[in-house]
Amino acid sequence: MGRYVIRRLLQMVPVFLGTTFLIFIMVYALGDPVLAFFGDRTPDDATLAAKRHELGLDKPMWEQYVTYMGNVFTGDFGTAFNGQKVTELMGHAFPITIRLTLVAITIEIVFGVGLGLLAGLRRGRIADSSTLIFTLIVISIPTFVTGYLLQYFLAVEWKVIDPAVSADANFSELIVPGFVLAGVSLAYVTRLTRTSIVENLRADYLRTAVAKGLPRRRVITVHLLRNSLIPVVTHLGTDLGLLMGGALVTERIFNIQGVGFQLWNGVLRQNSQTVVGFVTILVLIFLLANLLVDLLYAVLDPRIRYA
Amino acid sequence: MPDQIEKTTPDPVGAAGAITDAAVTGAATAAPKREKARSLGSDAWYDLRRNPVFVISALLILFLVVVSIWPGLFSSTSPNDCDITKSRHTAESGHPFGYNLQGCDVYARTVYGARASVTVGVCVTVGVALLGGILGGLAGFFGGWWDSILSRITDIFFGIPILLGGLVFLSVINSRSIWVVMGFMIALAWPQISRIARGSVISAKQQDYVQAARALGAGTGRIMLRHILPNAVAPVIVVATIALGTFVSLEATLSFLGVGLEAPTVSWGMDISTAAVQYRNAPHMLLYPAGALSITVLAFIMLGDAVRDALDPKLR
Repeated sequence: MGRYVIRRLLQMVPVFLGTTFLIFIMVYALGDPVLAFFGDRTPDDATLAAKRHELGLDKPMWEQYVTYMGNVFTGDFGTAFNGQKVTELMGHAFPITIRLTLVAITIEIVFGVGLGLLAGLRRGRIADSSTLIFTLIVISIPTFVTGYLLQYFLAVEWKVIDPAVSADANFSELIVPGFVLAGVSLAYVTRLTRTSIVENLRADYLRTAVAKGLPRRRVITVHLLRNSLIPVVTHLGTDLGLLMGGALVTERIFNIQGVGFQLWNGVLRQNSQTVVGFVTILVLIFLLANLLVDLLYAVLDPRIRYA
Repeated sequence: MPDQIEKTTPDPVGAAGAITDAAVTGAATAAPKREKARSLGSDAWYDLRRNPVFVISALLILFLVVVSIWPGLFSSTSPNDCDITKSRHTAESGHPFGYNLQGCDVYARTVYGARASVTVGVCVTVGVALLGGILGGLAGFFGGWWDSILSRITDIFFGIPILLGGLVFLSVINSRSIWVVMGFMIALAWPQISRIARGSVISAKQQDYVQAARALGAGTGRIMLRHILPNAVAPVIVVATIALGTFVSLEATLSFLGVGLEAPTVSWGMDISTAAVQYRNAPHMLLYPAGALSITVLAFIMLGDAVRDALDPKLR
């Protein structure tokens, strides 16, 4: 197990470097951060050159990248053009987005697996078909439409919640945005669980479990559910990327000042340091989450052993 | 290729060749009876025609395609013919969906918006399926260094969530035509298909019939096109069809975030984005394009479901 983890961590290194380099090139080669620095006014060439030299932007791209990565590994993500440390911005933004993602993932697991189990056990009956129709509808309506509709009805018409989330963004405020963020993925988890349950209901070990007289609850939770969750867990790992992307939309609708909000501002103001820094961390989280998922396999399926 | 096999397994080649030879002549004599046994493709088509979900979604999609090719048939008003004095007015005769913030006819904009969504959905799906299918298929077939490099590239693209990448990449491009947006989506979405194509080619390559064909002296090209391609293409078609709906939704989301399509193009995502600013006072501006978008995505997702049910024998 330990050797497997180390091998996977080593394999992550080229992927991490490749991804961040790609983003680095895109941000620095296509946009011009120094011009953005001056806003609408165009300064003379000498000032531009001096500023470029000061920020190290006149060096070749790979050298800039190496310097940047060197700094990142010592915990220095640079300074945004308004003088704020990027790490400081991260300190505010990440806890909020992590809370939002946690709420969304919990909703996804509880409702997605629950509904999928219900539909799978009642295959072909009314509960199954209504779940299927529900998931189809949820998948079809894009996140930003669901977000505005829920905001309109819950906050403006019925005044159950506040339309905008406060700067603290407590868990209780994040429940509705969490549902919006989880929406589409919840539907996919439901369908995946249902398919998996239906498949495993025909398995030999399940017939054995029923035949030897185990109580129904135990058959379902220990034998059926545990084996059916393996594909769901894989999906949740890749889903994290989707959720982080979706947070861009959800945070914008509910005015949550998390990662999506900061990234959005960074892109709008061409604040390259902020954008590259935040994206680097997000990529790292995504890669680690996928590693975690692969390790969870072994817990769920004892047949899988990592050498 | 054939001499490589002769080197590794010199003896069974003759035997396998003789057996398949006999099988081939047997098949040739049995050829007249063939119309009874259906291929996977015609079997799937037989299933599809009887599936109400497929019929409904296909009719909806046919309608959407007609609307996007000839929008003028459905609306006599131009989507960019706006009268600011009618800003946010609700429905009136001849303008059933009312007006938006700039005083443009919402009905006309909803009709003309279909073109962007359908074009992006179809072109990106075809592009992704071709690019991912060919690259992944070749990697799975030949293996070796090309496979290793491609797998690493796939991993790198997998590390970038597509919306995040869209915000970063597309925001720095100054004029985003529909081709730029589609090119970007293809560039970030092909690895998903490539992984699936690779896996399915590898499993098809190990089948006995490929060994048999090789033993009979079939060339690499023939094995690829006649033996592996027909047997490995189903999973690619299934995943690509299911992805079609998500691509439509993705384009709208990018346009909503302001990094998708731009002004002269009419896009539901952009319209929803501008309507969202004022939706509390004039919800009709938001609801019609949002409804049209949702129905389009629904039609494509239903199509994907039906195709999967027909092509995936495990679910029968």
